[in-house]
Amino acid sequence: MKETADYSKLLHLYRRAGLGSLPPREVPLRKAVASLFQISESFTPIEVISAAEVARQRQETRQTMMAGADPKATVKDRLKENQELTRDLNVAWINQMATSQEALRERMALFWHGHFACRIQQQPYLVQNYLHTLRRHALGHFGDLLMAVSKEPAMLQFLNNQQNRKNSPNENFAREVMELFTLGRGHYTEKDIQEAARAFTGWRYSPEGTFVFQERLHDPGSKTFLGRTGTFRGEDIIQILLEEKQTARYLTEKLYRSFVNEVPHPARIDALAEGFYRSGYDIGKLMRTIFEADWFYDESNRASLIKSPVELLVGMQRTLSTTVTDKQSLLYVQKVLGQVLLYPPNVAGWPGGYNWIDSSSLLFRMQLPFMLAGTLESKVQSKNDGDVNTQALNRRGRSLKATIDWDRWAQTFQKVPPKELPTVVASRLLAVLPAAGVLTDITQKAGAYTDRTAQIRYLTLAFMSLPEYQVG
Amino acid sequence: MKRRTFIRNSGFATAGTMLIPHFLKAYEQRPEPSQADKVLVVIQLSGGNDGLNTVVPYRNDIYYRERPVLGIERAKVLALNDEIGLNPALEPLRRLYDDGRVRILNNVGYPNPDRSHFRAMDIWQTASDADEYLSTGWLGRYLDAACSGCASSPHQLLEIDDTLSLALKGQRSNGLATLNPEQLYKQTQNGNLARLAKVPSAAEDDHSPVGYLYKTLAETTSSAKYLYEKGKMQRSTATYPTHELGKRLKTIAELIISGIDTHVYYVSIAGFDTHVGQRAQQDRLLKQYAEAVEVFMNDLKANGQLDRTLVLTFSEFGRRVKQNASNGTDHGTANNVFLLGGPPRASVVYNEAPDLTNLEGGDLRYSLDFRDVYASLLRDWLRVDDERILSKGFKGLKGLLS
Repeated sequence: MKETADYSKLLHLYRRAGLGSLPPREVPLRKAVASLFQISESFTPIEVISAAEVARQRQETRQTMMAGADPKATVKDRLKENQELTRDLNVAWINQMATSQEALRERMALFWHGHFACRIQQQPYLVQNYLHTLRRHALGHFGDLLMAVSKEPAMLQFLNNQQNRKNSPNENFAREVMELFTLGRGHYTEKDIQEAARAFTGWRYSPEGTFVFQERLHDPGSKTFLGRTGTFRGEDIIQILLEEKQTARYLTEKLYRSFVNEVPHPARIDALAEGFYRSGYDIGKLMRTIFEADWFYDESNRASLIKSPVELLVGMQRTLSTTVTDKQSLLYVQKVLGQVLLYPPNVAGWPGGYNWIDSSSLLFRMQLPFMLAGTLESKVQSKNDGDVNTQALNRRGRSLKATIDWDRWAQTFQKVPPKELPTVVASRLLAVLPAAGVLTDITQKAGAYTDRTAQIRYLTLAFMSLPEYQVG
Repeated sequence: MKRRTFIRNSGFATAGTMLIPHFLKAYEQRPEPSQADKVLVVIQLSGGNDGLNTVVPYRNDIYYRERPVLGIERAKVLALNDEIGLNPALEPLRRLYDDGRVRILNNVGYPNPDRSHFRAMDIWQTASDADEYLSTGWLGRYLDAACSGCASSPHQLLEIDDTLSLALKGQRSNGLATLNPEQLYKQTQNGNLARLAKVPSAAEDDHSPVGYLYKTLAETTSSAKYLYEKGKMQRSTATYPTHELGKRLKTIAELIISGIDTHVYYVSIAGFDTHVGQRAQQDRLLKQYAEAVEVFMNDLKANGQLDRTLVLTFSEFGRRVKQNASNGTDHGTANNVFLLGGPPRASVVYNEAPDLTNLEGGDLRYSLDFRDVYASLLRDWLRVDDERILSKGFKGLKGLLS
């Protein structure tokens, strides 16, 4: 017995849209898609630091300084605290991804985090707000998301808009909003960047961490941008960018390459982009069209994407209904594998795909299931990036071991006859079955266990440590 | 699941060794490297090494004015010429200088320098512009170019560490990272991995992600075996310092002396982010660097390997001219770069000392683009078409190596 063709489609859908959770049985595909969207309509905020706490912190720092405490020591304490809060945000999000019902929402937020990559240190409250915006709008309208992210203090800070003022523009934000967030390279001129930068002057944030428009720093003069002329402000530039069909095309291609296949299919992408544009950039609708398309389930689109480190880490936890509790260990795995949430390498995000893989990362990925099961301790050292301020990321975790309820997991295979067990476990975990020799080998080894749960545990870990498990 | 792949692979499993892909056999037919085969060793100082306290402008009043506590006492500086000299912690480097094996380049940088560690490091490792984001490293692209059409092996770019730096990731080929070739060999010889590495789906289908993963696995196993078997031929008899850099350079020396066909070795040492109490910290690290490098160079020399080995040392940025309130320095821009080794010739300070009267926001202005240093290394040392790797056609530095 192998899994039915229908169930294999459901598994494909859930690998791509459900962060590796296992789909319910005997549900028609369309209903499964609808249900993924429906349960992601709700939204669970993540909060590790409140506005009140930020205010208290500021107050406390002021008082300690006034009381004559060593200012350096105070700053150092604050630095450490802030690093730990950013780490806690990272971990809280990973946990949310690993446990939440709202799997599709979190999966989309992960995509948007790579798209609107932002990395700032020392201001966890701003990072928290930025993350909130990504997750809240993840399946909404792209226009709302773009506007909200552009006004996030974290982004204004990261792309230097605090330094963008009348008569002394900083073009960083204006450049990236076009190159990376909307149009893509080659669809605007250097002059467009200069003009847009002028329109974004005065976009700043207050010490409390909220967006402010400072009129006296704004350049109110006339600007010519993408062929239109007016006394544009930042909002106008974003509106014009949304009017450009290229924005829909650029985003659709990126989504297609992240959710369907790294090799773009121009005809499909054009059609999807047209619909996306006409819907007023309804992200949920676009994704639904993709997941409902027959071609999404084509053989050529199966097993065609390499899982990102976070998808891998979260997927294992979701599949086995467990969570890793040690914070540093979660950070450690992300670091070794090259994807630390809230610490993207640069504004272009993670390059992804084959880029995740090299000899060391592959060997580590293949060991990960055994670390999770507690039968292996990693000796691998993550790289020290030399930054004295990211030491919190470099500390080693104690153990990756998670509590896995193997009996419960084994029960999901209750009706499977012993002979078919290896193939059924493999089909559930892998987007593509391994070579016959590999399967035979693992089957033989599993045969050494007389206890059924132990046997399933062995099969599960063996399949999860295969190269086939790295793709979805 | 892929029924097609499934059937094909099952056929494969019975076909036996006849179909073992060529890259698995590649190492067996490797020609012995000759004296003509050049080796590049890159030492990365992570965290932003303070260049002004490494190569000290000891006759410059501005230097002492801006660094009342941090400035290195004139009398202690190991003078190289009448403008600059080495930090006394670099005494061993001075001896190498006197042996004619040191080239010092000042003010190396690039336009619109970035002061964030990760970004600046990525710029150096990918050889990009400041506003350009590349996902491949300059050495990874070197491996792509050096071996287009032939079977490259990951160990030809070898990083002595547990994880691989971006510098060694290419478009089609990646370098290999290992701290200990013996351990990597044992890991890849372990039952499951060894068996998987022989799954030959890659030979037919390395355009699918799974095929690519199996290919990576097979190449890793092949490289690990080669490094272990051939690399253990020579054990170094030199006494290396026992710190991390000493150990790593010892590993590299043994591989070079054993005649491993690695073109580029990569190693990094961290701790140079000296915002607070810089003197003790930096001096300790510089001392470690210099003593390890001296043993390494002498070891290679004694074994007749130094003439074909060049060592490049860089950091992602230099530091602010003016010291900060914590007796440290903050992130800066242009910095010095060292080239050590190669055929004996007169040591040189390649270009002018930093101009402290002409700063940009308190930081040094660059006068040599680091990509010109790379261009020279690629063209005149590793003998490849540098334009394919650096895309923009950097001219290289006249007289540096040629």
